[in-house]
Amino acid sequence: MKTQPIDAFAEGMTAEMRAAVHEGSKIGHEKRTKLLFDHYANPNRLRQLAGEIKQHVVENLDTYLPALESRLVANGVRVHWASTAESACEAVHGILKARGARRLVKAKTMVSEEIELEKYLSDRGIESLETDLGEFIVQLDHDRPSHIIKPIMHKNRRQIADLFERHGLGPYDDEPAVITQRARQFLRHKYLEADACVTGANFMVAETGRMVIVTNEGNSRFCLAGTPCHIALVGIEKIVPADRDLGLFLNLLARSGTAQQLTVYNEFILGPRGAGQPDGPEEVHVVFVDNGRSDVLASECRDILRCIRCGACLNVCPVYRQASGHAYRGPYSGPVGAVLSPLMLGERFAEKADLPKASSLCGACNEVCPVDIPIPDLLLRLRDKAFALGIRSPGTPPMGAWAVLASHPVAWRAAMAGGAILNYLPTKLVPVRALRAWESSRDLPEWRGGAFRSWFKRHAKAPASGPNDHG
Amino acid sequence: MHAPKRSPYSGKRVQLMATCLCDAFYDSTALATVEVLEYLGMEVEFPEGQTCCGQPAFNGGDWPSSRKVVRHTLEAFAGDLPIIVPSGSCAAMMFHGAPLAFEKEGDRDAVVALGNRTWELGDFIVNGLGVRSWPGYFDSTVAYHRSCHTRGTGTPEAVATLLRSISGLRLVELGEAEQCCGFGGTFSVTFPHISAAMGELKLDHVGLAMPDVLVSADMSCLMHLGGIAHRDGVPLKAIHFAELLMQALARLA
Repeated sequence: MKTQPIDAFAEGMTAEMRAAVHEGSKIGHEKRTKLLFDHYANPNRLRQLAGEIKQHVVENLDTYLPALESRLVANGVRVHWASTAESACEAVHGILKARGARRLVKAKTMVSEEIELEKYLSDRGIESLETDLGEFIVQLDHDRPSHIIKPIMHKNRRQIADLFERHGLGPYDDEPAVITQRARQFLRHKYLEADACVTGANFMVAETGRMVIVTNEGNSRFCLAGTPCHIALVGIEKIVPADRDLGLFLNLLARSGTAQQLTVYNEFILGPRGAGQPDGPEEVHVVFVDNGRSDVLASECRDILRCIRCGACLNVCPVYRQASGHAYRGPYSGPVGAVLSPLMLGERFAEKADLPKASSLCGACNEVCPVDIPIPDLLLRLRDKAFALGIRSPGTPPMGAWAVLASHPVAWRAAMAGGAILNYLPTKLVPVRALRAWESSRDLPEWRGGAFRSWFKRHAKAPASGPNDHG
Repeated sequence: MHAPKRSPYSGKRVQLMATCLCDAFYDSTALATVEVLEYLGMEVEFPEGQTCCGQPAFNGGDWPSSRKVVRHTLEAFAGDLPIIVPSGSCAAMMFHGAPLAFEKEGDRDAVVALGNRTWELGDFIVNGLGVRSWPGYFDSTVAYHRSCHTRGTGTPEAVATLLRSISGLRLVELGEAEQCCGFGGTFSVTFPHISAAMGELKLDHVGLAMPDVLVSADMSCLMHLGGIAHRDGVPLKAIHFAELLMQALARLA
């Protein structure tokens, strides 16, 4: 039986990986919910407000982007525009080449995953080292992140201890404190050896040109303090209008992402090191990356560009919990990835048109989203889009005949009566794929087609007969 | 979820949307719905031409087919009476899903109007009729599975209010209550592995809470969970809350 790629992936996962993903996402979700509702009388109102602000930004990017650019330039930041993944990589490479830089330290940035920066640079002789602990482990293991903020959610600490031992970072020890300490020892002097650093940005403030980067390990601060050149890779949707909005967004981001009141390290960067400032990069570059975002903006699903990459929708999603982020075949997974990834492909939408199908449309993602993105509606729109493009995914029952039946009451009633044959047939022999998929793990209840209609007719004739009238 | 805000109903007549699932499998649920409504003094009409709300094709991505069925439903439920449906999912299809599928259609207003008069049963009893307690007796432990398409609607609170008011009834919470049971309409057959795994997880929580009865506002969830439990040979008493309401009344007598 040909199945959906995500379902097949989930089926093939090891029990160890499934347990790690389930535990990690469940804990993340439960802590987040407790914290939000402990601290705010009406967190849903905050989510809606943040959603309105980001929607406003998304719909006015054409004015916010140039306004932000002129603030950045006035602040001494050099601005680059990249329409594709390749041109974003080229921009970074160009900056590094001009400085003769060979070694790079990186703080966590999903855009760099998206544009596959590490490979591009290593092909050109430039070494880039991940400094976020999770990303460092992913890099060491030649793996891929499976979660936008917890990249190693799919691994347990025994696997990490094994990995460290194999790479000569010390004898096997799966104590998280020891693992962290060893990574820190390895990384600490790398900051000083590096010629430049690459980071993402969580927010860009249009009013002031302020760039905000949050991390929990302080690795972004080491990157900025230890290297002379800072390159920030920024998706064009990362804007908030004014500094005053940061209070709302930083509170929601930390609570939704990691269930913290505030992320531990919050960098607010206005530009390169000024006269009299003891440290900080002498050169700051912002590379604005489109890479399909304009296609998203032009679509009916532009609301997804509100996303602040907190990962709350991944944590709560029952499909993500069963399938892990790797099932989504790209850096963005879970509900947000199921909307974003196919749309960012533009004309190659069909390659990931199966992703929006990987949802029971339960709506939990919308309920937790800090910017209130109506993700289920967007998944539905993409299913409609795929259907209109003639894309048929495996296992989806054809609906045309059903629609004819369901708009002709006489035929419908006949089908209701005829369905009773299911009570007598060995369903394994019925060549209807949907039935066989149902029966793969579930029994059907007894078919009682039309029984209610008969009862109601008798009941309507004798309305006073009461509860003894059950047919 | 766009759930319509509406005023209480002071009339007597209502239309019943029985749902295709009750038409095919769960006549007992549709029957209990009629009895609950009649007990509350309603005159229940059953438009004979009704078939399905159109959700299977809507969720499956075949919106043209879905619109065809919604247009039929529009015709079948002519008039302006409240439409009562013993399913949070079909109700949400009427007031949230269908308007989305009709965004660019000339007859969208009629579809929105249809949605605005469609109520899930529990929501109607509590928020439509203002009934806040149920006068029966039910000496059992009950778990209420909050079906996903009632998120953001009046249903979860309404059903919990009714259940809590029943004398003798002990309501227990399920762990990870926000998690979907795994049914999801066509999802259950296009992602059979994940769907079943989600169902097993829900059943694990039911096993931990050990209710005598599992109730829901949606038979689709219970069909899926019941189907897995039956296959696994695990006994599970799962009924629509309308049936519980009628059983509670009967035990009072």
